[in-house]
Amino acid sequence: MSQKKISIRIDGALVDAREGQTILQAAREGGKTIPTLCDLDGITPVGGCRICMVEVEGIDRALPACTSPVQEGMSVKTTTPRLTQHRRLTVELLLVERNHICAVCVSNGHCELQTMATNLGVSTVRLAYNFPKLETDLSHPKYVLDHNRCILCTRCVRVCAELEGAHVWNLFSRGINTRLTADLNGKWGDSKGCTGCGKCVQACPTGALSEKGRAVEEMVKQNERISALAQRRGAEA
Amino acid sequence: MKKLKVATVWLDGCSGCHMSLLDMDAAVISLASKIELVYGPLVDAQDFPEGVDVTLVEGAVSSQDDLNKIQKIRQRTAILVSMGDCAVTGNVPAMRNGIPVQRLLQRVYVEGAIEGKGVPTDGVPALLKQARPVREFVKVDLCLPGCPPPAKTISGVIAAVLDGRKPDTNLTVKFG
Repeated sequence: MSQKKISIRIDGALVDAREGQTILQAAREGGKTIPTLCDLDGITPVGGCRICMVEVEGIDRALPACTSPVQEGMSVKTTTPRLTQHRRLTVELLLVERNHICAVCVSNGHCELQTMATNLGVSTVRLAYNFPKLETDLSHPKYVLDHNRCILCTRCVRVCAELEGAHVWNLFSRGINTRLTADLNGKWGDSKGCTGCGKCVQACPTGALSEKGRAVEEMVKQNERISALAQRRGAEA
Repeated sequence: MKKLKVATVWLDGCSGCHMSLLDMDAAVISLASKIELVYGPLVDAQDFPEGVDVTLVEGAVSSQDDLNKIQKIRQRTAILVSMGDCAVTGNVPAMRNGIPVQRLLQRVYVEGAIEGKGVPTDGVPALLKQARPVREFVKVDLCLPGCPPPAKTISGVIAAVLDGRKPDTNLTVKFG
């Protein structure tokens, strides 16, 4: 590696980092844990979910660790009362936005949103549930898309575009009306571009994308395979 | 020693949380001498009594009857606990929330019925527009998510109140 070595502090401890790394990458290499939801090792970070927000000394607002580059002498705090409050509220907002009925979900017990709520001690929400009426796309022969469980993290969008090269998934509309959509707002099963590889399913942190025929608790995702594939591709390149 | 007055309530839920409550095995024996179960599906009392120390509520608020009950219960209870996902989030009962009530009843009791077709009206309370968590109607003091919450979590809350401690709100809890 020819990248310049720099030193930063994370929660007071000195951590070696390289120029061009993000705070999240440097933290992970230094053995520090910053919670994330939309991040997946091997695909481009987007700073979408706001779970990985950290405080950087000298900057008033919190920054997303996954997209903020390290700088020499930077001092980062990963866990403060303010950040914990931010993270809890973010999870609560995700829980009330759609219909996350853990008890009847294919991903119950293996869901990153559910685990995040547990880790942050979220035992209820402070907002009114939205209970939107959302569709389930069963048109694909092998997989299911359930909008009720989607948190719009875009891992599927990125993994399909960046690793499979198919770019079937996109986000459609804006704000609370944003939906994941196949091709140009079509049914997944009608997509000419979809190779049926299932990378999107494995990358999905919740039960939004799953394999057909899976019952409650049966959908265990293998997103480490996505990261391993990305690493092999990187090494080949 | 004055016994702790405990009540349990079954709103729109499957009774699984009450099963979990009973699943505390031997712990129920040590609790039995210290608590008095004053209301709930496990006892005979017809009307919700005054001066209850702890009420464990299972189920979402789904009908006009649920709503009347929970308001009365709140007035007469010191510590109100939402027990389980239905009480905390709406959970499975809330899966009907995207369907208009009349359409729902029509589908289940008319289109879905083999005999005796017709929406029941006698002796059943009117459904509210949506099934919603208890917290959205009355103040809740503690939430125990889970479908159902583990027996130990439930007995732990009662034990804490008995010891004069505030129930730990940083319990390890899990939805689903």
